[in-house]
Amino acid sequence: MRGTSLSRTVKWTLHYAALLAYVAVALFPLYWLLRVSITPNDILYKQGMALLPSKVTLDHYATVVGKSDFLLFFRNSIIVSGVTAIASTLLATAAGYAFSRFGFRGKFWIVGLMLVTQMFPLVIVITPIFSIFGVLGLTNSLTGLIIIYTAFNIPFATFLMQSFFDGIPKELEEAAMIDGATRFKALVEIVAPLTLPGIVATVGFCFTGAWGEILFALLLNSSPSASTFPVGLLLYSTRGTVEFGPMMAAGVLALLPVCVFFFLIQRYLVQGLTAGAVKG
Amino acid sequence: MASIEIANVRKGFGAVSVLKGIDLTIASGEFAVLVGPSGCGKSTLLRLIAGLDDASGGDILIDGRRVNDLPPRDRDIAMVFQSYALYPHMNVRDNMAYSLKLKRTPAARIAEAVGGAASKLGLEALTERKPRALSGGQRQRVAMGRAIVRNPKAFLFDEPLSNLDARMREQMRFEIRKLHRDLGATSVYVTHDQIEAMTMADRIVAMNAGVIQQVGSPLELYDDPANMFVAGFIGSPAMNFLEGQAKRVGNGVEIIVGGKAFCTLPHALALPEDGHVTVGIRPERIGIGAARGGTAEAVVDLVETTGAASVVHVDLTGQAMKIFTTERLQLAHGERVPLAFDAGHVCLFDRASGERLR
Repeated sequence: MRGTSLSRTVKWTLHYAALLAYVAVALFPLYWLLRVSITPNDILYKQGMALLPSKVTLDHYATVVGKSDFLLFFRNSIIVSGVTAIASTLLATAAGYAFSRFGFRGKFWIVGLMLVTQMFPLVIVITPIFSIFGVLGLTNSLTGLIIIYTAFNIPFATFLMQSFFDGIPKELEEAAMIDGATRFKALVEIVAPLTLPGIVATVGFCFTGAWGEILFALLLNSSPSASTFPVGLLLYSTRGTVEFGPMMAAGVLALLPVCVFFFLIQRYLVQGLTAGAVKG
Repeated sequence: MASIEIANVRKGFGAVSVLKGIDLTIASGEFAVLVGPSGCGKSTLLRLIAGLDDASGGDILIDGRRVNDLPPRDRDIAMVFQSYALYPHMNVRDNMAYSLKLKRTPAARIAEAVGGAASKLGLEALTERKPRALSGGQRQRVAMGRAIVRNPKAFLFDEPLSNLDARMREQMRFEIRKLHRDLGATSVYVTHDQIEAMTMADRIVAMNAGVIQQVGSPLELYDDPANMFVAGFIGSPAMNFLEGQAKRVGNGVEIIVGGKAFCTLPHALALPEDGHVTVGIRPERIGIGAARGGTAEAVVDLVETTGAASVVHVDLTGQAMKIFTTERLQLAHGERVPLAFDAGHVCLFDRASGERLR
């Protein structure tokens, strides 16, 4: 018995040590982000790799909030990510429901086409999109970004939603329809509440995708009024210098809404990401 | 309450024809059971009546009104599903009240209807619970309650007892039957279990391969099956089928099985020219022992006893048979026993088509 409990202790110790090492590696860049953001410029390069700076300041935050367009970028990002997340989820929910519940002509080819869009890197289509958007007057506008992000999010979000709908027995809707509901009402009152974890997971996925996107944001929108915060971060890096302090402070501020968002939805998210995987 | 008429209804999925022209009338207040093996089309027929699937052809009438083009919500029928299909996010009360809420029924009237159904089904103490906190039998009752609060024109049941254990199934069978007696509502009940069909039905509709094989009271189907399918499907243990020869002798028919005389039927039948027939006899219509005037001799293979009765497996000239007896016989493997056949209950079938010879 002693031997068994000893070997179990060793196993658990190794287990937690491995987990701890993983968490440390994963979180270290975030820690460093925070550390640099509160380190005064004069000691930034002097104290090497010390884990904590000898002096702490919030000057960088004051610079970011007070003396830059960060708040504007931040607002743009919130608008673009929020609208993208809502629009993508609504459309993906409708499409996912149709794929899950109906058989219709061309379904196979539509699914195939949607898969194709997931197969190539976005860089390939950036030039044609730039020229098309230029003609349509959608460059330097938040609307342009929202359209692009929504379009590129929909295929994966649709597959995600479809798998959640597949997990809901269709008898539930049928029972509701026999009880007197229209199909739409059955979807809203019976299926949607049960798919809520999936819907929330999809919103989260689309929101974070749009929140951190930089390629299109940089190439389509050159004016500060239509820039999102990832583009704004680049402004701290000029040809000659990189203003690490304000850049990191802006990074920390940009993380906050995502953290708050995930804190609010995490209960649904864990449920959601596993619920669709196993039927029943 | 309403009658249900089904006229030449067909249903195909792509190239596969699931229902091949169904004609059936279910009278108002009748308890009709659709029975047949998996894939025979019974559930599909029920779904067509409910409006969950569209018929490829034919007419469905509820209370004399053609409903083919009406969505389920406008057909005024209630359905109990095999999986119960209770709304997981609603408690028992809300599950039962949902249909009335959709109809904008006043709250007092809803409370009264739900309360009445709950007390009828013994669910009063469970009304605040979510479905996941209920046992299989309780869920089944809630599904029933959801159906009866609506006071619909007809009840449809899609294998509602399949997910229950044997004891609970027996109890729910009894309860559903009693409920039907109290409410007197037209009911269509789908099952693959012939015991459910026999014990519950006013009328059984036996189906196979998308075709109705026979419609009649349970005992009509049991005693006077139209073909080998019905004869073999209804009854447990199943009817024995033996390959034999039949020839006309005077006013009767002499049957020979395995080259030996089996029995002589006292009435004439239309026999096939070559005389090849399938002989059907129910296990309880065979007596064991010389005292019964046994003519044929069989070899005992195995005896299964349930306590109240036994099923004796025997070999009659190379063909396996079962005999059902309530006598406690001491029989050993390999023992030779004389058998007596009740000629009045022997059925002959055409070996090629399986149709009953009359």
